[in-house]
Amino acid sequence: MSIFVIGYYAFLLIGSCLAAYFNKRSVFLLLFSLTLVSFILGIVGGTSALKFVAISAGVLAMAAMVSYAFREFLIMMVSDNMAKELRTAPLTAAFGMFVIFTYAIAGIFAPWIAPFGEAEVISSAFAPADQNMLLGADQLGRDMFSRIIYGTRNSVGLSLSATTAAFILGAGAGMLAATKGGWFDQFMGRFADVIMSIPSLIFALLMLSIFGSSMIVIICAVAIIYAPRVYRLTRAVAGDVVVMDYIEAAKLRGEGTGYLIRKEILPNSTAPLVAEYGLEFCFVFLLVAGLSFLGLGIQPPTADWGSMVRENATLISFGELTPLIPAAAIALLTVAVNFVVDWMLFRSSGLKEK
Amino acid sequence: MVKDKDVLLKIKDLKIQGYSDETWVDIIKGVDLTLHRGEVMGLIGESGAGKSTIGAGAMGYARDGTRISEGSIEFDGMELTTATEDERRALRGARIAYVAQSAAASFNPSHKIIDQHTEAPVQYRIQKRMEAQEDAIDLYNRLRLPNPDEIGFRYPHQVSGGQLQRAMTAMAMSCRPDLIIFDEPTTALDVTTQIEVLAAIRDIVDQFNTAAIYITHDLAVVAQMADTIKVLLKGNEVEEAPTEEMLNNPKEDYTKSLWAVRSFESPQRYRPEDGTPLISVKNVDAAYASGPKILNDVSFDIYAGMTVAVVGESGSGKSTTARCITGLLPPQKGEVLFNGTPFPPDYRNRTKEELRQCQMIYQMADTALNPKVRISEIIGRPAQFYSGLTGAALKNRVDELLDLIELDPAKYYNRYPPELSGGQKQRIGIARALAAEPTFIVCDEVTSALDQLVAEGILRLLDRLQDELNLAYMFITHDLATVRSIADEVIVMQHGKVVEQGPKDDMFKPPHHPYTDLLLSSVPEMDPNWLTTLLEERGVDNLGDAAAARIGG
Repeated sequence: MSIFVIGYYAFLLIGSCLAAYFNKRSVFLLLFSLTLVSFILGIVGGTSALKFVAISAGVLAMAAMVSYAFREFLIMMVSDNMAKELRTAPLTAAFGMFVIFTYAIAGIFAPWIAPFGEAEVISSAFAPADQNMLLGADQLGRDMFSRIIYGTRNSVGLSLSATTAAFILGAGAGMLAATKGGWFDQFMGRFADVIMSIPSLIFALLMLSIFGSSMIVIICAVAIIYAPRVYRLTRAVAGDVVVMDYIEAAKLRGEGTGYLIRKEILPNSTAPLVAEYGLEFCFVFLLVAGLSFLGLGIQPPTADWGSMVRENATLISFGELTPLIPAAAIALLTVAVNFVVDWMLFRSSGLKEK
Repeated sequence: MVKDKDVLLKIKDLKIQGYSDETWVDIIKGVDLTLHRGEVMGLIGESGAGKSTIGAGAMGYARDGTRISEGSIEFDGMELTTATEDERRALRGARIAYVAQSAAASFNPSHKIIDQHTEAPVQYRIQKRMEAQEDAIDLYNRLRLPNPDEIGFRYPHQVSGGQLQRAMTAMAMSCRPDLIIFDEPTTALDVTTQIEVLAAIRDIVDQFNTAAIYITHDLAVVAQMADTIKVLLKGNEVEEAPTEEMLNNPKEDYTKSLWAVRSFESPQRYRPEDGTPLISVKNVDAAYASGPKILNDVSFDIYAGMTVAVVGESGSGKSTTARCITGLLPPQKGEVLFNGTPFPPDYRNRTKEELRQCQMIYQMADTALNPKVRISEIIGRPAQFYSGLTGAALKNRVDELLDLIELDPAKYYNRYPPELSGGQKQRIGIARALAAEPTFIVCDEVTSALDQLVAEGILRLLDRLQDELNLAYMFITHDLATVRSIADEVIVMQHGKVVEQGPKDDMFKPPHHPYTDLLLSSVPEMDPNWLTTLLEERGVDNLGDAAAARIGG
């Protein structure tokens, strides 16, 4: 029995006894069940399994603490009204915001943060990590860490602009269709159905092979693929708003369609649209990464997480984790965005309406 | 039948709290209530007085976001505040039943009425399904529902509102409970239908010696139904007394003010001798899409500075007429003249000036004001749009309008509609209509969603504005008390036709058209014997739908 194991069980048992004594039911249940599970794990997996559990718990605790601190930080930074909203945010949402914040910083200040240029060859291919290179080198000897930092800018920037384009297209058409009604509504609805009936990846591949894979084409293709989904949501949300008396009052006043959409409908459909924006962003991000992985997305030597996974894929057969790092970056961002979106959906679902 | 007069429900010092702005606030601040078997108690008060909360509390139930914080609720010797959820659940439906305001929203649309009726007795193993069905048909008979043998096998949407409300009362009776809580059961109904429901409820409560708590804000209704009346104000009890005594001789000032509410009456104005009417509706027919004809040869005139009240049951075409005038629904035949010149039938073809002349105030201020737009913008937009005001001139105009509707500009300028009370919202709706400087305003049931005291304030405001700005109103309502207080001329509509029209003074004097007579005689009066007398005069089978059908046919 090593000191670690003794300390491990002592910590868990003291923790659960304290929790039981102070009547913290959920904490006690968590700690004590972990103790029981650890008995079995310890027998089956030995000390290393226990170490793994301890490290995971430590990482989780760190993440929770960072999220908590970050939320408090935000509450202090923003105005009173925003602060009131933020106080209702769960820790997961705070964690999501923290991750997004970090990515934003990395993307914006990439040239200053990254130690090397994104296309700069500095060592031999697949060189292991050393003092210069935090994560080692890729298949051409470029610094992995620098490329991940630059990749934030390219991948996230591309997805962001594609999602925004999809929203401008889809939400605009949706609100217009809801306001106009009649044959225009029907036409737009069927048109959206047609686009949705084409498998998205195949449609993107088709567009890219016809027009070549430049940034603009990728953004347009992705925007067209995702616009119908946004259209459907907006059409439904705006449809509920359009029947309200205040819209009738505005119509009777003689207001034009532009004013109706901008001032009357849009403010009443922002909450679901923002939530949808977060969700669609994840899908777009995955689609762009998928396209890069297939070699049709962002072209080398520009750094991009999707293509980085593909380029370094050979390393997996040697038991190296390096190619999984850009994949993990993608996963972390999508999870983070979803945490924030979950919170926003909860707020806009009317459970917390004034 | 010898009636048992034991105490059935005893509520002592009940306090219920609601959760808002992250703290618990008292909604009910210590109310006592004692109800004997077979007794009907009326709970009266404005919205927010806590009537429904007490009603739910009597079942030992606290709605979401509320909790019973103090006091005791003793039902037939059993303490409900400390009882377990299972014990309380065993009471509900079986011994305490609840009749909700909107039967249409409370029935499950995808099950037959009788299946929903028999659910409780079968669940509690009081009756077998077939027995329960027979019993249901018997109850439908007693409640004088048409075709009692067959009506239960329909789906809720195949039955009219008044019938559904009676079916719901029958359902509450299915387990022969000791106590029924009626939560505004007739508020959503027309006066003519209201009577049949009232008569049915009163009969059945009497037959089975059931105790009842009758929640309403309509004094005249409660006067017919209740043995004792309790008046509530903001979660406090104001007073309680037997009905007769309460009506004749209220003690507290608040109660007196409730009783006096209908005192307001604007002086009758008459048409000018000569001159063209401001709005003239000529032989209008209208229908929605390819549906049946809603309006059939409707003609009437509205003169400048006068109020014309349009009365009728729901579905009689009142609002459709308004939609024809405003241009939302172009008529199939006939035309609308404004100052003698025809208005383009579709609002899209009207000029800004024509649109400005004719404004609208809506029934539901909640849906009539955009919740995400500031008050200043809501009121300011028409002024900006029609008169091109900007900057300081616009702000002055908005301040002026807020002053006009008796709201403090400094306080309300930057607020959003959800932060206002119902009456304040309705005032903002009025201000928005006034901002366009119109000559004609359509008021679509503007007071029917408001409490009586608040509605009274709105009516006085509208009347004052009319005098100051020489406005003409088309006042759509089904409430004849409102007509009495504000109208100069009355138009009675039934089945899309104008049945009768004339100055108010003449309309409230006989002889009437039979339909007008039916409407007038169906309005509940404060006299507690009114319903009894009326039933004797008309006979129990000549009420509501049946009576209306007789006239229509």
